[in-house]
Amino acid sequence: MNENGKKVLEAEHLVKIYRRGSEEIPAVNDVSLSVEVGEFVSFVGPSGSGKTTLINILGCLDNPTSGRLVLADRTVVDNGEVLSESSLTKIRREIFGYIFQKFYLIPTLTVIENIMLPFTFYKKPGAENEVARIMKLMEIDHRKEHLPGQISGGEMQRVAIARALVNRPSILLADEPTGNLDTRRSQEIGGLLKGLNEKEGITIILVTHNPALASMADRIIEIRDGKIHTKGMALS
Amino acid sequence: MINIFNVAYKNLLRKKARSGLTVIGISLAAWVLVSLLGFNRGYESSLNRDIDNLGFQMIVTAKGCPYEAATLMLKGGTGLRYMPQSITEQITREPEVERITAMLMQAVFDPNKGESGGYSAYLGVDPATFPQMKSFLEFKQGNWFTNPDALEAVLGYEAAELEQREVGDLLLITEKNVEVKVVGILKRTGTQDDGTIFLPLNAVQKIFGINNELTGIGIKVKKEADIARFEEKMYKLPDVQVVSLSQVKQTIMTLVSTAKVMVFSIALIAILISVVGVINTILMSVMERLQEIGILKSMGATAWDIFKLIWLETLMLCISGGVIGSALAMATAKLTEILIRQLLPYSPSGGLVQITLPLVSLTFGVVIIIGILSGIYPSWKAGRVRPLEAIRSQVE
Repeated sequence: MNENGKKVLEAEHLVKIYRRGSEEIPAVNDVSLSVEVGEFVSFVGPSGSGKTTLINILGCLDNPTSGRLVLADRTVVDNGEVLSESSLTKIRREIFGYIFQKFYLIPTLTVIENIMLPFTFYKKPGAENEVARIMKLMEIDHRKEHLPGQISGGEMQRVAIARALVNRPSILLADEPTGNLDTRRSQEIGGLLKGLNEKEGITIILVTHNPALASMADRIIEIRDGKIHTKGMALS
Repeated sequence: MINIFNVAYKNLLRKKARSGLTVIGISLAAWVLVSLLGFNRGYESSLNRDIDNLGFQMIVTAKGCPYEAATLMLKGGTGLRYMPQSITEQITREPEVERITAMLMQAVFDPNKGESGGYSAYLGVDPATFPQMKSFLEFKQGNWFTNPDALEAVLGYEAAELEQREVGDLLLITEKNVEVKVVGILKRTGTQDDGTIFLPLNAVQKIFGINNELTGIGIKVKKEADIARFEEKMYKLPDVQVVSLSQVKQTIMTLVSTAKVMVFSIALIAILISVVGVINTILMSVMERLQEIGILKSMGATAWDIFKLIWLETLMLCISGGVIGSALAMATAKLTEILIRQLLPYSPSGGLVQITLPLVSLTFGVVIIIGILSGIYPSWKAGRVRPLEAIRSQVE
C-alpha cells in the first residue's frame, strides 16, 4: 500500500488538555505517530480514551495544547503554535475528506447535490469529472436524484463517503462511520473503505469500536487514557 | 451544477412554514411602505392638480374660519359669508391683477336627494370671466350660458349623472321653486368641478334674493407680479380675508400631516418588526444547523463562505417579501385609496395612491437594506463558528 514509505502525517508529542475549573484533564497525552501515504490505520479504544480527540487534532478540526504536527510536508502545529484559521481551512479542503458517525446530509438537496456540495466552496481542478465514477464506486449512482430521506442509512453513509471523496483528498478521516448502521451495512461500509484504500490508494485513518471494521486496517493503534497503548499492531 | 444560490434557496425550503411566515412579515412591511409612499406622492400631486385647476391663485372671501374657507374652496364652493360686490372694482384696480371672477355660492335642502334628502349647492359664476379662467373645461354636451341673466345651468360631469339630466332638461331648485334649463354638461375633469352645478351669477343673486353680494372672488395674478406684496395689500381690505392657494395647500397639508406622521410611524414599526422577525428566523436556522455548518467548514468552507450563504438566505427572504409586498400594494392601490378617503377630512380628486416604478425601486432598496442589515449578525455568528464546536454542538 505504501508509496515508498513516504509519510503523509507526522505527529510528535501531541498533548491536548481540557480544563474544568482548576482541574486539568489530558485527553491526548504525549502521542507521537506517523502515517504513510496509502496506509489504512485504525484507532481503537474504550469510550473516553481520547481517540476522537486525537483524530480531530490530526484532521485539523481541533488544536493541540502542545506538540508538533506535519501534514504532507506542511507544518501545521509546532510546539503548540497553530496556523491561522484560514490556513487550516486551506489544509482541510486540500488534504482531508471527513466521514462522521452521523451523515450530515442536507435533506433538501438530492444525493448528487449533496455529493457535489463541497464544490460550492472549493473545487480541485477536474474534480467534477470524478463525481460519476465515485457514485458508481459507492454504488449509489441509481439514487442520484433521490433525497436523503428516500434512501437507507447505509446508502446515506455511502453518499457521505462520496461527498468526502469528490475533492480527491489525500487522507480520509472516518470517525465511527458505522456507528449508526447495522452489522450487515457496517460490513459493507468496511468493505468500501478497504476497497478505496487498496484500489484508489487513499490513506485512511479510522476511529471505531467495531473490531471487525478495525481489523480491515493495515495497522491498529489502541488508545487508552489519551496515550498510545499498542502501536503498529498489524492484523490480517 | 450546484451553487451557493441553490444551496441557500433549498435551505429555506427546509422550514417552509417559518420561511413563509417571515416572507409574509416582510411583504406586509413592504406593502405598507409602498402604499404610504404612494399615498404621500399621490395626495400631494392630486392636491396640486386640484389647486392648479381652480384657474386662479388667490381667493378673497368674507371674513370667517380660514380652514372652513380653504375646504370649501377646494370643494368648488366659497365661504358662506357675504361681502359687497363693489369690492371687485377695488381689486380690479390693483396693478398686479390680471383678471378676477366673482362667485356666489348658495345651498338648498332637497328632500328628494338620496334616501333622507341632502343639500344641493349652486355656484353662481360670472359668464364673462369664469370660462376664461377655467379655459381647460370642456363640454360633453352644450355650452356656457346664453346670457348673463338667463335661468340656465351648466352641470359638472358627476352632477349631471347624479341629477340624471341632459342638455335641454329642466332642473328644479327646491325651496325657491324655480326651474333652470340645463344648457351644458362638462366633460369629466377629475376635479371638484365634476360635482358642481354652475349658474350665471346674476341668476343666483336673483333667485336667492341676494343683491350685490358675493361669497368669493377668484383672482388671477399677473405672472410678473409680487404675490406676497399683493397679498399684503389685500389684507388691508375691510371685512375680507385672503386665501392664497399656497396657503390652502399648506392648510390642508397641515391637516393631513398628523395623520401622515402616525401612519409613517406604523410603517416604521412594521419594518422594525419584520427586521426582528428576519433576524429571529435566520438565527434560529443557524442554531439548528450548527452541525451542518461545522461539516461545511470541514469541507473547506471559509468563514466568509458561510457568511455569504447565510446572508444570501436572508436576502432571498427579503427580496421575496419585497416582490410580494410591492405586487400586493399595486394590486390593492384602489382599495387603499377608498380606505384613505374614508379617513381624511379632505381628499383631493384624482388618484390618491400613486405607485410608480421609482417608488417600488425605493421600497425594494429599503427591503434589501433590511435584508443586508438583519442578515449581518446571524451570518457573522455562523461564520465564526469553529468546525469542531459546531459538529459537537448537538451531539453532546
